[in-house]
Amino acid sequence: MELAQLSLFNQAVLVLAALALLTSFLMLAQGRKLPLIYTYGWQGVLLAVTTALVAYVTGHTHLYISAVLTLALKALLIPWLLHRLAVRLNVQRENEPIAYPSLLLLAGAALVVFSYYVSLPIVQFAASATRNIIAVSMSIVLLGMLLMITRRRAMAQVIGFMSMENGLFFAGVVSTYGMPMIVELGIAFDVLVAAILFGVFFFQMRASIDSLDVDRLNRLREVDE
Amino acid sequence: MTALWLTLLIPLAGILLLAFVGHLRAAGWINVVLSGSTFITSLWLALTVFDGGTLISPGRMLYIDAFNVYLVVLTALVSLTTAIFSRPYMRHEVETRRLSGRRMRLYHSMYQGFMFTMLAALTTNNVGILWVSMEGATLATVLLVSLYRTPEAVEAAWKYFILCGVGIAQALFGTVLLFFAAERVIPVRDDALLWNVLYGSASQLEPTVLTLAFVFLLVGYGTKVGLVPLHNWLPDAHSEGPTPMSAILSGLLLNVALYSLVRVKMLVDGSLQNNLAGHLMMGFGLLSFMVAGLFLHRQRDIKRMYSYSSIEHMGLMTFAFGIGGPLATFGALLHMTVHSLTKSAIFVTVGHAAQIAGTQTIDKIRGLIMTQPSVGWGLLIGTVAIAGFPPFGVFVSEFLVLSATMKSWPWLTVPLLVGLAIAFAGLFRHLHPMVYGEVPEGQKPVRANMLPVMLQLAMVLWLGIAIPVFLAKWFEQATILIAGSSPL
Amino acid sequence: MTAWLLAALQTLLFLFMAPLLAGWVKRVKCHMQNRSAPSLLQPYRDMAKLFRKHTVLAEHASWIFRTTPYIVFGATILTAAVVPLVAVQLPTTAIADVIVLVGFLALARFFTALAGMDIGTAFGGMGASREMMIGALAEPVMLMTVFTMAMTASTTNLSEAVLFTLNSGLVLRPSFVFAVLGLMMVAVAETGRVPVDNPATHLELTMIHEAMILEYSGRHLALIEWAAQIKLMIYAVLIANIFLPWGIAAEFTTEALGVGAVAITVKLMGLAIVLVVWETVMAKMRLFRAPQFLGFAFLLSLLGMLTHVILETGG
Repeated sequence: MELAQLSLFNQAVLVLAALALLTSFLMLAQGRKLPLIYTYGWQGVLLAVTTALVAYVTGHTHLYISAVLTLALKALLIPWLLHRLAVRLNVQRENEPIAYPSLLLLAGAALVVFSYYVSLPIVQFAASATRNIIAVSMSIVLLGMLLMITRRRAMAQVIGFMSMENGLFFAGVVSTYGMPMIVELGIAFDVLVAAILFGVFFFQMRASIDSLDVDRLNRLREVDE
Repeated sequence: MTALWLTLLIPLAGILLLAFVGHLRAAGWINVVLSGSTFITSLWLALTVFDGGTLISPGRMLYIDAFNVYLVVLTALVSLTTAIFSRPYMRHEVETRRLSGRRMRLYHSMYQGFMFTMLAALTTNNVGILWVSMEGATLATVLLVSLYRTPEAVEAAWKYFILCGVGIAQALFGTVLLFFAAERVIPVRDDALLWNVLYGSASQLEPTVLTLAFVFLLVGYGTKVGLVPLHNWLPDAHSEGPTPMSAILSGLLLNVALYSLVRVKMLVDGSLQNNLAGHLMMGFGLLSFMVAGLFLHRQRDIKRMYSYSSIEHMGLMTFAFGIGGPLATFGALLHMTVHSLTKSAIFVTVGHAAQIAGTQTIDKIRGLIMTQPSVGWGLLIGTVAIAGFPPFGVFVSEFLVLSATMKSWPWLTVPLLVGLAIAFAGLFRHLHPMVYGEVPEGQKPVRANMLPVMLQLAMVLWLGIAIPVFLAKWFEQATILIAGSSPL
Repeated sequence: MTAWLLAALQTLLFLFMAPLLAGWVKRVKCHMQNRSAPSLLQPYRDMAKLFRKHTVLAEHASWIFRTTPYIVFGATILTAAVVPLVAVQLPTTAIADVIVLVGFLALARFFTALAGMDIGTAFGGMGASREMMIGALAEPVMLMTVFTMAMTASTTNLSEAVLFTLNSGLVLRPSFVFAVLGLMMVAVAETGRVPVDNPATHLELTMIHEAMILEYSGRHLALIEWAAQIKLMIYAVLIANIFLPWGIAAEFTTEALGVGAVAITVKLMGLAIVLVVWETVMAKMRLFRAPQFLGFAFLLSLLGMLTHVILETGG
């Protein structure tokens, strides 16, 4: 279906999905903690708005509930939790120098191409107008993983993890117009509990190794000396 | 029906109850009572299913058939014996390592929380809720792994959280893809994630999408099973957490993860008419089996060594489920049972051994049989059982798997036998000095209730010599369900 | 015949309105910084003054130094002729497509860099090397942005592409969103604005464009400055007309042309305000950060192409 033939709302869905992908890239290149958290919050907002638009376009009204859930949980509650954690751990002004940001961004672009290739067989079968966004949602998942791999600070790794969950939820929204409500509630609950547990973890980590640098967690070795 | 609800509600109530009173001396007893009642209701449930056949709850949320009913009983049994062990063990730990009241409340309530998520994963009919429960199991136990708050424990818990979290996220993607394929075939949207509905229409599901979904689900649930190369969290989490945690993680979580994988495999096999899913499982299973056997030799920590043994056995089970025929499936089901019983018994004994020696390092544990004969004998018999000696049950299941391999993949029996031999050598090389070595100065016996251990090892022996009729019937029904025909 | 006349008129309009745009930018910037602004016609007066003055040439200046201003000015006029300002489908737009347009701008840059090195001063060499570095990074980005546009319109001819976008009505394209952001960043880099280069500075550590033309005087300097102003207008018109083409004249009636003229004036004034706000908010980056800035622009244009393939071509 050519872009020009889709309704304006459909096009808006595509634009917002592309902007959510852009936020993933922005997180890859961002070293400071607070802008990272805010960018994650904006990703949540973009995804919530996209979900609501998809609900409007396709008429699946239960997606409105998903949109509200995403907004409340991923755009407001979890960024607020992380912000509070950052302040309490006193890392809000910390800047983690990123080794080769341009290389990282190019690797991210390569992941986008890869996820497009992987999602081609699925895209062929979807009859929906949002089927092309499956590749975008998978890219968000892969970029979240890239963020986790390339960072040393625990807080950035957690944001990568949350961004991955964002992408997965989004994949559910665009490929199948959301999952049955009970499953979505279960997933949202799990994500919330995970965020809270991460918070508890940061304090334990700080108390035991005196920093949030994950590279320092290296006492357990495969072959003990 | 009531049995089913009670089996789920008792642990749920236990979470709340123990969150408030978990720090009292009596908390250990409350835990035992809760686990005991769960075990009784699970037996009742098993009898109901045995008489009445497959059970589906009114809202079709819960589903008990031949495959998961005995796993439910097994889970409840192991949780009961571990709770009995945990009571005096944790009291000792509270005194020696100064665990605060808050941590004991966390420990006890999360023990029941873990049970609840395990039972929910086993009894649910909804593939999405299966995912939610598996993730819930990770979340319930992650704070328990770091209970002792040492740097090593925090590191192990972080690795566990991140690796299992990322892995489970892949499984979520696989579930979404499964729903995607199902939704096009099943008219009622909310039914498209129900396992019994999916199983009925498995042949109509789109093969390419299901292949992709299975790959993601294999990676996701395979991380929780401990398949190489996704196993890195396992030795750390099992060795740094308190011993009751190691027992239930090794004995139960790995089983339930494998159960989830096999459930999904049943759907995929119905859709793709080739054995791609089986081949993938065989590949990963064999890899885990061989790698774990080799790593076993280099370990210096007793719990890490036995957790590599868990990886090895889970690899063997995955391999057997991958082969797929009735003989291999029967063997795998039997192996799930005996491994769970033996491994939890071993970890219980290892916990006492570590308490006696005051450390988990293998080099420092010596002369157990002199200091406390019950612990020494328990460890010896347990290791003999897990290494696959006749007449224990592990020998029977491994023999069945080997026969199945020889029938369909003759040249694969060589790596299997080599792996078994390597693991055997590794286990005994480390075990012998621990049990029979020279007793160090000042080593005293500890208060230990070895009755559950002996009971579990006796059950494994019984299963090796003569499988009781009702159990054999169950395994047969489950094998027919999974593999399509009976081995007997 | 009318078409050719209109084309010539459009090019002349381009030439003579460029200093006005520069004046407008200066005026808005002064207002933002709370200073009193020079009049809008000040750039004309400056150019007239420069034309009257003698040119001073260094002893070692070769023919490159003497001819560069004319080459640069000529290439810029050619580019201006190709870019649709008020109307599309003028005959001059068939001379070149967007790739050649980029080539013209590259030609101008090449000669300016040579001229900077020609005399042998340290400033010239330094400016030339910096300019080439930024050019090497900015050119692929610009090409990719125009390719995104070309892929959507299935043609590289600028006028045809604008007509295509005009005829499609209001279509929100994700690739265009990324492409316009990328093109804006490239425009900032190529025209030497903050944060890549400060147009008002003459400090040696921060000059890029100014360093190459430091030795020029008189009419040479006037031509080069005029060319720089036209270049700014070219980029602004590209951004305005490729991505927001509504108002441009598709036929040659007086009414349509009038509407086109007003439309482009409004768009240019708006873009100038955006540029000034951006320049005021951003601080000039250190030179070794310029590759990162352009790397991000590259990422945006790459995302534009990727989203075009993934999201817009219907699978």
